[in-house]
Amino acid sequence: MNWRAIKAIVQRDLLAVFRSKGVMLPLIIVPLIFMIILPGAFGLLMPVLNELPGVNTPDITLFLERLPPALLARFEGYTTDQLMIVFMLVYMFAPMFLIIPLMVASVVASDSFAGEKERKTLEALIYTPTTDLELFVGKMLSAMIPALVVSLVGFLLYGLTANIAAWPIMGRIFFPNAAWIILVLWVAPATAATGLGATVIVSSKVNSFQEANQIAGIIVLPILALVLGQISGVMYFGVLVTVLLGLVLWVAGGILLFFGVRTFRRSEILAKR
Amino acid sequence: MINAPVILTEGLTRHFDDIIAVDDLNLEIYPGEVLGFLGHNGAGKTTTVRLLNGVLTPTSGKAQVLGLDPSTDGAELRRRTGVLTETPSVDERLTGYENLAIFAALFNIPPAAVESRVAEVLEIFQLTDRAGDRVSEYSKGMKQKLALARAIIHQPELLFLDEPTSGLDPVITRQVHTLIRELSRDGNHTVFLCTHNLAEAQRLCDRVAVLENGRMVALGSPAELARDLWKGMRLEVETTTEAIPAAIKALTAIPDTREVVQEQGHPVISLSLNLRDQVPGVVSCLVAAGVPIFRLTPKEPTLEDIYFALHENHKEMPA
Ligand SMILES: Nc1ncnc2c1ncn2[C@@H]1O[C@H](COP(=O)(O)OP(=O)(O)OP(=O)(O)O)[C@@H](O)[C@H]1O
Ligand SMILES: [Mg+2]
Repeated sequence: MNWRAIKAIVQRDLLAVFRSKGVMLPLIIVPLIFMIILPGAFGLLMPVLNELPGVNTPDITLFLERLPPALLARFEGYTTDQLMIVFMLVYMFAPMFLIIPLMVASVVASDSFAGEKERKTLEALIYTPTTDLELFVGKMLSAMIPALVVSLVGFLLYGLTANIAAWPIMGRIFFPNAAWIILVLWVAPATAATGLGATVIVSSKVNSFQEANQIAGIIVLPILALVLGQISGVMYFGVLVTVLLGLVLWVAGGILLFFGVRTFRRSEILAKR
Repeated sequence: MINAPVILTEGLTRHFDDIIAVDDLNLEIYPGEVLGFLGHNGAGKTTTVRLLNGVLTPTSGKAQVLGLDPSTDGAELRRRTGVLTETPSVDERLTGYENLAIFAALFNIPPAAVESRVAEVLEIFQLTDRAGDRVSEYSKGMKQKLALARAIIHQPELLFLDEPTSGLDPVITRQVHTLIRELSRDGNHTVFLCTHNLAEAQRLCDRVAVLENGRMVALGSPAELARDLWKGMRLEVETTTEAIPAAIKALTAIPDTREVVQEQGHPVISLSLNLRDQVPGVVSCLVAAGVPIFRLTPKEPTLEDIYFALHENHKEMPA
C-alpha cells in the first residue's frame, strides 16, 4: 500500500467536498436539525408540553410500568418529567444520531464514486500508478473521515444541547451514558461503513452524483434507518447488546464493502459505458 | 534498429460485446519515435491507449510496453507513462496548482521536489498567473493545457497524447508541437500521438499508423506511405486569369486527369494524374490549347491525400 498516494486521494476528495455546496449543505443542515434544534426544542418545551391537554403523564407512567423491573431499577429516583426527558433524549434520539454517519458517508461516497464518473475526473486517476485497492481505500477514507468527524461533532453538540436544555428539569448532567459512548465509538463507524458500502454498490450502477444520492437516499438508507430505529430498544438492554448490534452492522458493512471493492476495478469501470 | 521496442503488440484485440474496437493489432515502436495514430471517430485509438496502459484488459493477444506486460504490471508501467486523456478530466473544484500537486504525489515525485516541479510545468504552459484559481474558471484551452502539464509532470519516458491540440489556439498549438519535438529529440522519450489533425501528424510524426474499424491499415513514415499508397501525382499549373476556362476545358478532356480545380482567387489550377508519365502530355495539351504556362509544379502528396486515398481503397475492398 502506497500511503502517500492514498493520502493524496483523500486530500483531493475532501477539498472537492468542502467546495461543493451540493455536498456540504446536507452535511451541515442534517446534524443541525437532529442534534441541536430538535433536542433543544424538546428539552425546553417539555415542561410546557406536559401542561397541554392530550399529552398526559399517566400514559407515560403506564408505559414505564410495563418495562422490565431490571430496567426500571436503572431509573430509580427520577420524577416522571425527568423520566420523560431521559426516555426521549437518551433513547429515542439515538437513531436520529445514527442518521448522521449514515448520511454523511453516503453523500460523500456518492460524490466521490458516482460524481467522479460524472465529472470524468476518474479517468485521470485511473492512469496513475495507484492500484485499484489504493484508489478504493483512498475513496473509502474520504467518506469515512467526514462521517466520523461530523458524528463526533454532532455528538458533542447534542450532549451540550441536551444537558443545557433539560437542566431546569434534570438539575444534573445526565448525558451521555455508557451505551451512548458505545454508540459513538463503535456503532456510528459501523453505520458509516454500511452506508458507504451500500453507496459504493449503487454508484457502480449509475452515472451521476444525483442518481447515486437519490437511489441511496430513497431505497437503501430508509431500510437501514428501519434497522437503526431498533437501536433505542436495544440500548435499554445495556452496553453488551449495543456492542452486539454494532458488530452486526460491522459485518453488514464489511460484506457490502467486500462487494463494493469488486465493482471498483479500473478495467471494469472503463469497460462500462 | 538495435534498441528494444518501447511498445510491442502481437494480435492485440479488444471486443465490446459485438463491437471489435481493436482488431489484431501488431505494432512495434522504438525509443525516441513520435508515432501518429490516425483514424476516424470510433476507429479504436482511445481503446488502444487504454490497452497499452493496462487500464483495460485485451480480449486476446498481448502487449509489451517498456518491457512490461500492461495487464499484469499496470501500476509499475504507469509510473513511467504519461497519458493525456481525450477529455481533459481535470478537477474543476480544485485550483490548477492543487490539481498538479496532487498528481505529483500520486506519481511519487519526492515531496521536496513537488513545488518546484509544479511551478516548472505551470511555467511551460503559461498557467503560472492562474495557478491559484479554481479550474472551473478556466477556459477550455487552459484546461487542456493543465491536463498536458499533468501528463508530463513526472517526466514519463512514454507519453500518450489523445488529441492534444484540440481546442488550443494556434500559438499554444505550436508550443505543444515544439514540446513534442523537443521531447523526442533526446531519443529517450517516445510519443504516441492520437490525432485527427493530419497536418499535425505530418509535421511531427516519424511514422504514422492508420486505423480503420480497429484494424491497422497502414504503418510507415509519411514518405513511405506516399510511395506505397499514392500511385498518382498532383500537379499545379500557373497561367493567367483569362486562360483559366480554356485550361480547365483542355485538362478535363485528357483521359485520367482528376480533381481539376482552380485554386481560390489565384490563376492556378491543380489536378491529379494517375501516372508521372502523363506530365508531358498535359504540357503539350495546354500548349495546343493556347494556354500560357508560367509554372508547372509537381506536388508531394500530403498526409491528407494519403489518408483519403487509403480510406477510398478500403471502401472498395470487400469486408
Ligand atoms: N466502454 C465501451 N463500451 C462499448 N463500446 C466501446 C467502449 N469503448 C469504446 N467502444 C467502442 O469501440 C470503438 C472504438 O472506440 P474508441 O473510443 O477507441 O475510438 P477512437 O478512435 O478513440 O474514436 P474518437 O476519434 O472518436 O476518439 C467504438 O466503436 C466505440 O463505440
Ligand atoms: Mg478517442
